[in-house]
Amino acid sequence: MTALVLGSARFRAEREATWRELEALLDTAERKSVRALSDDELVALPRLYRATLSSLSVARATSLDADLIAYLEGLSARAYFFVYGVRANFGARLRRFFAHDWPAAVRGLVPETLVAFALLAGGVVAGYVLVRHDPSWYGALIPDSLAGNRGPQSSAADLRATLYDGQASDWLGTFAAFLFTNNARVAIFAFALGFAFGVPTALLLLMTGASGGALLAVFSNVGLGAQLGGWLLIHGTTELFAIVLAGAAGFRIGRSVAFPGGLTRVAAAQAAGRQAATAMVGVVVMLMVAGLLEGIARQLVKDDALRYAVAATILALWLAYFYMPRPRRG
Amino acid sequence: MADRPRFRPTDASLERELIAPEGVMLRLQLASGGQRVWAFLIDLVLVNVALAGFALVLILLLGLTRFAALPALAAVWLLGSFLSRNLWFILFESGVRAATPGKRLMKIRVAARDGGRLSADAIIARNMMRELEFFLPLSFLGWQASQGQGAAWTALAGLGWSLVFALFPWLNRDRLRVGDLIAGTWVLRNPRPGLGLDVGGRETSVGIAFTDAQLDAYGEYELQTLEDVLRRATPNAMRRRPDDPVTLVAASIRRKLDWHGREDDYAFLSAFYTALRARLERGLLFDRRRRDKTDR
Repeated sequence: MTALVLGSARFRAEREATWRELEALLDTAERKSVRALSDDELVALPRLYRATLSSLSVARATSLDADLIAYLEGLSARAYFFVYGVRANFGARLRRFFAHDWPAAVRGLVPETLVAFALLAGGVVAGYVLVRHDPSWYGALIPDSLAGNRGPQSSAADLRATLYDGQASDWLGTFAAFLFTNNARVAIFAFALGFAFGVPTALLLLMTGASGGALLAVFSNVGLGAQLGGWLLIHGTTELFAIVLAGAAGFRIGRSVAFPGGLTRVAAAQAAGRQAATAMVGVVVMLMVAGLLEGIARQLVKDDALRYAVAATILALWLAYFYMPRPRRG
Repeated sequence: MADRPRFRPTDASLERELIAPEGVMLRLQLASGGQRVWAFLIDLVLVNVALAGFALVLILLLGLTRFAALPALAAVWLLGSFLSRNLWFILFESGVRAATPGKRLMKIRVAARDGGRLSADAIIARNMMRELEFFLPLSFLGWQASQGQGAAWTALAGLGWSLVFALFPWLNRDRLRVGDLIAGTWVLRNPRPGLGLDVGGRETSVGIAFTDAQLDAYGEYELQTLEDVLRRATPNAMRRRPDDPVTLVAASIRRKLDWHGREDDYAFLSAFYTALRARLERGLLFDRRRRDKTDR
């Protein structure tokens, strides 16, 4: 081996072991998991990271070895994201989500939730009034695929059958799963569309409400309005609440884009987006519950009073979970 | 080793700077649109392959139970296919690598735009928006197709809608798609250049000395080009072809320096590299940078 004549070459030879050590630790952590690192290695990692960063500064200032600088740039960035980007483990994150983050995110959306609820309720009233006056609106408000065999032309007996004859068969679970995936997509759209100043979200809420109103008009025409209420609300308190919250999350993003306040529009959208996303995960959980209620509980519970009781209890539970004041966490 | 990817900016407009809390500036490279598209396509294929495997297992179970389990399996299928599409991205991006398999193959990763932690909320937000950016227009077009020719206008509107989102990353500086914008994330290149051998810096056996005037003929740009040539070169003179870069570059440098030595081309180049680097690095210590040969 001949002697090194360049200072920068000597620098590289002296520090290389540190960089290689850091690289090996990162490789292990990425290939297996953070838990594959021993305690000593976890303690060493930030030290090695800082040593490598300082090597990068020195190399930039004194070395013209492009290969070395490229290597250090890559390694430093990778270590930076590891050191400053590591998250809590999934189980702890899940616990914190249910205990704190989800209700907090919902509580942060109260004004938007009220607006979304008003739109949904307005939709119901509009759908009801329109179809009561002119039954031909029914076809426009409820897509054929969802209408099934219930419509203005159906007899009272047919309508009654849809409310009570759902067979308690093996297929209930399948039906529940189908309803869940369908509703989850509607909710995700209500959230995602909020980005366009909330206008499409508002339309989606109005439409959802209007189709409910149209259904109500058809059933109350033959004196089955209260019964339909039980049929819808047993899962509807959960499902509609979830859709209202999804709409509220969308509105929060739309509002922050339209009125960013002191922030830039992008920064405002980003801050709102993170909070709204937490609420959205909760919405998906709620829809899962709603799907189970709709697919299973509704077919098993045939008594109107009992259906209303279940609906009210579940609504009360949701409201208490979200809005009940709780002690501040340390 | 010859074509090792380098962390050299290919496009200065995609380069971003981040100051680490330690006060050192880190250079980051944004992923290009092409990398993003390929990564997504790869993920899409993988999700569907996984789903096909899942379906196969379910069909097998169905056969074993003689169709008794059909309703239960249908429910599992519906839930499984919904969750796989959404969870694939969310779970992989929550990992240490912050990248789906497609992103890993394209050597890119997700990161928070402010340089802080990439939170689970941000990952969920950016992936939920994908439903709107990609799957909504897709299902819309599928629905249109099933309705026949009737609604050309709505089909056109749907196409326009999806184009706005598809082209969004090319319409802003940071290559953000709408999901990135909402979530406060961006997608970065994740270069992993290995550390090669130092090609210069050693005393050479040939013992060639250059004058300052000769060394002043070139700057940093030429030095690093020469480094590249040496790194890819075959030091053994017997296996070198007449059009080898080493031969060509050595000839051109000899002409420029007016050099008449008869030593081996590779030995000449590495001696010149070491001497030039020593001179330019000494300049750095005195805060004199010479970018290239035209920089005086």
